[in-house]
Amino acid sequence: MKGLKKTGLIFFPAFDWAISPTHPEREERLLYTQDQVFEEGLLDFENIVEYKPGLAEIEDLNRIHICVPDAKSVITESHLISAGGAITAAEKVLSGEVDNAFALVRPPGHHAMRVVHGARGFCNINIEAVMIEHFRRKYGHKRVAIIDTDCHHGDGTQDIYWHDPDTLYISIHQDGRTLYPGSGFPDEFGGPNALGTTINVPLPPETSDEGFLHVLEELILPVIAEFKPDLVINSAGQDNHYTDPITNMRFSAQGYARLNELLNPHIAVLEGGYSIEGALPYVNVGIILAMAGLDYSHVREPDYNPGSIRQSGEITKYIRETTKDVLGLWKKRDSFKAGIVKGAKYARRNRNIYYDTDGIREQQEETVRICDDCGGFIAIDSMASTGNRIFAVIIPSRSCDLCRLEGERTFGSVNKAKLGAHYLFFQDRDRDIYLVK
Amino acid sequence: MILGIDVGGTHTDAVLLDHFQVKKKTKVPTNQLHLVLSLIGVMDEILRGEDLAAIERVVFSTTICTNAIVQGKTDRVGMIVASGPGLAPEALRVNEDTRFVAGYMSNRGIEVAPVKKGEIAAAASELKGAGIGHLGVVGKFSTRNPAHENEIGEVVRSDFRHVSLGHRMSGNLNFRRRIATTYLNASIFDLHSRFVGEIVDFTARTGIEAPIYILKADGGTIEIRQSADQPVQTILSGPAASIMGILSLADCSGSDAIAMDMGGTTTDIALLADGVPLLEPLGVTIEGHRTLIRGLKTKSIGLGGDSRVRVDKGELCIGPRREGPAAALGGPWPTPTDAMIVLGLTEIGDRTKAEEAVAEIAGKMNTSVPEAARLIFERTCQGVASAVKTMIEEINNKPVYTIHEFLQGKKLAPARLFIVGGPAAAVAPRLGEMLGCQVVIPQDAEVANAFGAALARTTAEVTLLAETERGSLTIAEEGLQMKIPAHFTRKEILQIGMEKLRERARKLGARDADIEIEIVEDQEFNMVRGFYATGKNIRLKAQVKPGLIAGFGKGGALS
Ligand SMILES: [Zn+2]
Ligand SMILES: [Zn+2]
Ligand SMILES: [Zn+2]
Repeated sequence: MKGLKKTGLIFFPAFDWAISPTHPEREERLLYTQDQVFEEGLLDFENIVEYKPGLAEIEDLNRIHICVPDAKSVITESHLISAGGAITAAEKVLSGEVDNAFALVRPPGHHAMRVVHGARGFCNINIEAVMIEHFRRKYGHKRVAIIDTDCHHGDGTQDIYWHDPDTLYISIHQDGRTLYPGSGFPDEFGGPNALGTTINVPLPPETSDEGFLHVLEELILPVIAEFKPDLVINSAGQDNHYTDPITNMRFSAQGYARLNELLNPHIAVLEGGYSIEGALPYVNVGIILAMAGLDYSHVREPDYNPGSIRQSGEITKYIRETTKDVLGLWKKRDSFKAGIVKGAKYARRNRNIYYDTDGIREQQEETVRICDDCGGFIAIDSMASTGNRIFAVIIPSRSCDLCRLEGERTFGSVNKAKLGAHYLFFQDRDRDIYLVK
Repeated sequence: MILGIDVGGTHTDAVLLDHFQVKKKTKVPTNQLHLVLSLIGVMDEILRGEDLAAIERVVFSTTICTNAIVQGKTDRVGMIVASGPGLAPEALRVNEDTRFVAGYMSNRGIEVAPVKKGEIAAAASELKGAGIGHLGVVGKFSTRNPAHENEIGEVVRSDFRHVSLGHRMSGNLNFRRRIATTYLNASIFDLHSRFVGEIVDFTARTGIEAPIYILKADGGTIEIRQSADQPVQTILSGPAASIMGILSLADCSGSDAIAMDMGGTTTDIALLADGVPLLEPLGVTIEGHRTLIRGLKTKSIGLGGDSRVRVDKGELCIGPRREGPAAALGGPWPTPTDAMIVLGLTEIGDRTKAEEAVAEIAGKMNTSVPEAARLIFERTCQGVASAVKTMIEEINNKPVYTIHEFLQGKKLAPARLFIVGGPAAAVAPRLGEMLGCQVVIPQDAEVANAFGAALARTTAEVTLLAETERGSLTIAEEGLQMKIPAHFTRKEILQIGMEKLRERARKLGARDADIEIEIVEDQEFNMVRGFYATGKNIRLKAQVKPGLIAGFGKGGALS
């Protein structure tokens, strides 16, 4: 068989964990997927190996998140296992044991932002980001491309890597005007020090395989080729499926498999996907076969009817234009900085963040140092409806000396009482330091 | 009295037990061409002068079917496979005579596409026309709903001598393995039937009226007539006999343990969790066929007392081949046994020849004869110990799917090593040290296999899937689909399961005293559709696990 690849599968369906009994993120979610994967006998293929997930450590969370008041109180064991599963996937790839790996784990993570006051969009911690910073710590700095193919905009992952020029984040998702979380427009294009390494492609409702694959071939693959990442990660949500109960798209198992064949990710991590019976069993079998380089052409949903889920000509035209526009932005990415910064030393973002799963509101002011040599040190002032107020200083990966110096000075000079903050945090990626005052 | 017979590669052993004590033992050379003759021969001999009316049971462990598969002397089989979407048909093909037909069930056992009778009849008549007498019929998810396999079976039954249906082979999911298992079952059906016929005739002629059993790969027994439909369950019973033998010769309960049989060519390793041998999670593998045949988890490594020892580019290499007996016993090459003789760990054979053989190795390694012997011995023990450790590690790293198991999962930690075989006494102390185990060398080990077969109880398994919303309950192994009331709970399903398992075990030959039931899978899910809970999805698996028949005081009954 051509192009056979050794694929690691980390399967952790957490059959005893749910957000609540009837929540989409419940025990039953991967039950039929398990049945399908077992019945197809995928684990009997010599080139598909199943691994038990490891357990992420609290330090792995603190390397990327500012959890309020601390990591232990915003997670359960399930989160440590799903993040641990993602870490195991990366570990197997980076150690050379397998060519690629799929962390088919739950709960998901791509709505979890840098600061965590609680759960948003069924996510508490960002399992991909936890994984990425874990392997960067262990294997040295890597350029990473995260392709978020979940139907929802991965606003958490975007937030975490907004200022990181070494992490390319591309999200394709249902247009934010029609779906949670309401963000992910083309003008969300990265912070001033990392313009173009955040790319958003909103797609209209009822986009089908044709539309997704068009964006992949015409935009994502060329951008990846230019960015030259060491690793490509598919943040593999499966809620674009035509049967998904909480979205309006028309993606099929064939489309997902083809997408993974073309994208050829080193690591895929399951995100959303709540059509647990009509979609997930077939989509996951398709993805696993495609990643392993096996024939997926016979994988089909029981009610698959390509004619009835074809996208309209209007949608095709709209997607072609959006793709062209976004590609244009990417090509001109280096020309925007001066106009945005206007000579300032710092750039500031003020946001209201809503934690829909836990019903928490957060007000956040984020300040980044404008820098041409690194992602820039970041200061965050955050206040949540829980009553918690925090102040955090983050020294980025591969920080320049000046950003580190200023960041350290800022942390040293803040006055907890004067700020009205309950906790002060200091996070230094390069030195793997995490301090709480 | 109980009669146990083990047909081995070289010898056929028989033991006659009276009140669980060996009354007689006999050994005849195995007639590889006519295994039945060996069996009949050994029975003739051991039963001479015995009161046949006093025989309570007879158990065989035979290699007839295993040998046929290994030697490729099986019947040509036609396969009708209702494959449905998923893997490409080419990945499912088990032979040239596989035909793919329409029809499939979903993972919940709901029909998605019906079978087409015309298409099936055409495929069947083509296969029949090619002179094929045996058919295997397999459908996707047939363990969730056997209707398609049954329908196909109805269409084709009259055209073939026998039709094997996939869902009868096992309750486990795995379409490819179900196909392989069904194929193998059909391919040895005639051979096994003939064997059963001959044995039944012989015993009837001789006047034995006791039930007759055959040992299966899972270390359990099945009544011989009941085995006729499922010959595939009897393959690879050899390793099972050896492990059941160890169980019957020593008291293995109380802690986790390693059971080891070190022979001339190979060392076979099995693991016991509190006295119960571990099973392969899905099924055994034979001649490259991964199957759904329940079998004990065993690992065989090419390292034994007669393994050839050589030096390759300054490196000491042991095994994996045996090229004759130890030099001390007239063999052509140095072996670990020769090293053990030099070290004074055993006193067999000609010591001078052993020293000469080891001297050859010592010369190539620039060391003294005792040092070379020590190295060979040490390396042999290390090879075995590391295979055991890998096996334990694999079991302890087996993926689990709940947080509870992930955090609380029991780890296998063997505290004792039971070892039989030629070099057992010589290697036991060192192996025990390496593995951190207390060592036990059961006595009378030469009849272990026959003894183990004689005392093995009948095993059985049932797999249940209930959906209360649809009011459906499937018992895969029995091909049973029944209606249940929507208010049924896990407890009521469990009761049905236990009752069905009891019935099944009795049918397969179990005595009531031996039906010790264990629940091996127990899951219950809320099914939620459109944000409302609509019912329960309940999954249970219960088994009569491998073990010894009731009444037998475990261990040491021979001494
Ligand atoms: Zn997305
Ligand atoms: Zn989503
Ligand atoms: Zn800087």
